[in-house]
Amino acid sequence: MLRKMIEIRMFEERVLKLYREGFVQGPTHLYVGQEGVAVGVIEALEKDDVIISTYRGHGHGLARGVPMKSVLAEILGKAMGTCKGLGGSMHAPISAELGIPLATAIVGSGIPIAVGAALGFKYRGSRNVAAVFFGDGAVNTGAFHEALNLAAVWKLPVLFVCENNLYAMTTSIKSVFAGESIAARAAAYGIPSYVAHGSDVIEVYETTLKALEKIRAGNGPAFIECRTYRFVGHGAYDLGTGYRPREEIEEWLRRDPINMLAERMKSAGMLQDEDRKKIEEEVARQLDVIVEEVVKSPAYDYDKLPSLVYSNPV
Amino acid sequence: MAVRELTYVEALNEGIREEMRRDERVIVFGEEVAASGGVYKVTKDLLKEFGPRRVLDTPISEIAIVGAAIGAALNGLRPVAEIMFFDFVGIAFDQLVTHASKMRFMSGGQVKLPLVVRTQYSLGRAYGSQHTQFLAASFMQAPGLKIVAPATPKDAKGLIKSAIRDDDPVLFIESGALYVNRNYYGYRGPVPEEEYLIPIGKADVKREGDDVTVVAVSRVVSEAMVAAERLAENGVKAEVIDLRTIMPMDYQTIIQSVRKTNRLIVAEDSVKTGGLSAEVASHVCEYAFDYLEAPIIRLNSPPMPAPQSPELERRYMVTADKIVDAATRLVK
Repeated sequence: MLRKMIEIRMFEERVLKLYREGFVQGPTHLYVGQEGVAVGVIEALEKDDVIISTYRGHGHGLARGVPMKSVLAEILGKAMGTCKGLGGSMHAPISAELGIPLATAIVGSGIPIAVGAALGFKYRGSRNVAAVFFGDGAVNTGAFHEALNLAAVWKLPVLFVCENNLYAMTTSIKSVFAGESIAARAAAYGIPSYVAHGSDVIEVYETTLKALEKIRAGNGPAFIECRTYRFVGHGAYDLGTGYRPREEIEEWLRRDPINMLAERMKSAGMLQDEDRKKIEEEVARQLDVIVEEVVKSPAYDYDKLPSLVYSNPV
Repeated sequence: MAVRELTYVEALNEGIREEMRRDERVIVFGEEVAASGGVYKVTKDLLKEFGPRRVLDTPISEIAIVGAAIGAALNGLRPVAEIMFFDFVGIAFDQLVTHASKMRFMSGGQVKLPLVVRTQYSLGRAYGSQHTQFLAASFMQAPGLKIVAPATPKDAKGLIKSAIRDDDPVLFIESGALYVNRNYYGYRGPVPEEEYLIPIGKADVKREGDDVTVVAVSRVVSEAMVAAERLAENGVKAEVIDLRTIMPMDYQTIIQSVRKTNRLIVAEDSVKTGGLSAEVASHVCEYAFDYLEAPIIRLNSPPMPAPQSPELERRYMVTADKIVDAATRLVK
């Protein structure tokens, strides 16, 4: 889990660098600071569970094992990307093979789609689960409420994971959210709901296991609200300052998910400072090689695009 | 081939039923579709035959209905979701247009979405501005989606079966007027006993003629057939083309006919501005201009919402009278 979180952090930092150098164009939403959520949840899932991701999804893909090279190539719009470069950053984690059929660029819209995927599992009598990630902004959409209600009515195996990073773009949750808490909204639909500290990957992992146990027992969906924080802006263009108090940023930086796990492992005698350094050096070298290859690689053949619109072009 | 008469509704019901018998992965859900058998009985008795695992009533949640259809299609099922009125599809526009139609393309071809969203529009039934509109043209801006709109029982059955077997998302538009109005040509008609499919993407020449081509779709095909009969009495031979599939459109059949008749009327239930007829007419102008001997006439609803008053609605709609008038003017 430590290595996965470090990979995501360093990958995203490299993406930001490439963005600033002009190699990455278009909307690019980074996962820096939220690593504990993706890694904690996805480690707890099984291989044939389905994941519905979002436009802030690089971390979900990497946590699931989508190769860094494919994700980076997608972000750069290259043919060797996960989606042949046709999706870009916001759809980069899509991997049908690894059970990520969708990363949506529309806030809240993946939630009902996960409900349908769960219907597929229930229909086949499988014990698998459809897990869906979304942010605090999504909980004010109609799609969220329709989907939670339907999943609860049909008792479907959905794991709802809200990554509450406190801001929808630059708008504080305090100014747009009514009610007690996000988790309480799920409870209103009779869905068992949990709150986890998103910076504590172990807590996220254990909470997910608890929620999954409930779901796999056939009682319908479960909901986890992970309180987390972007250490960066909404998009790569945004510094993330200005609309967020400095004390708040500093407070969350002190709860860096990678440091928190590393400290915990050190005090348990499972990790030395050199070990972490070694991982970081390895990942950096890996990224150097990948970046060089991806940057030079070509975009997909434009003339082949029409054949991807329909499965059987008429 | 043995043939019997079925209504439009019965033919649709039979088509869905046959596909559910044939393929365990086909499921049906939507508002009122299970216990009540559908407001218009298109899904009548499916619950009885296939049980609550395969035929499900939903809450009034159009976003979740289409979203769940997408998710189910991603995960091995072949869902047939119903949205009660075409107007309500607007609530799920994001799911249908921004998700279903694009997901195959934007994933680089990784996923397929074998789903059908069935809906109906009720122009001609005095349902008022919000339960009436034929919105097909709006969805033509969503390549990746297939759009089908049958005009007869035979086509309805053959096309719903093809739509269910198709690996792409299909918006299947039915006509509420054809559900209920016995006077329409498309209300009841011959349907083969044997199994058959009608291919998506193929228009159909419903009546042959050399003098003028009338391109129509859905409810308006019934109006065009009446008009063609009356025109024949006056010595004008109209060729009626039923589009059947709106997207991808069968331009070839249209152009072939225009080459023969040199005159074109496009008659359909969109509002005229930016409607389906605009696409057909501009395509013919672009690719078959030299064959035209007269300007194209488009017959549509005027650019205003539908009035509820049956008397006013009749004036608002394309009718056989209007088609006869237009054709008479064209051949003069």
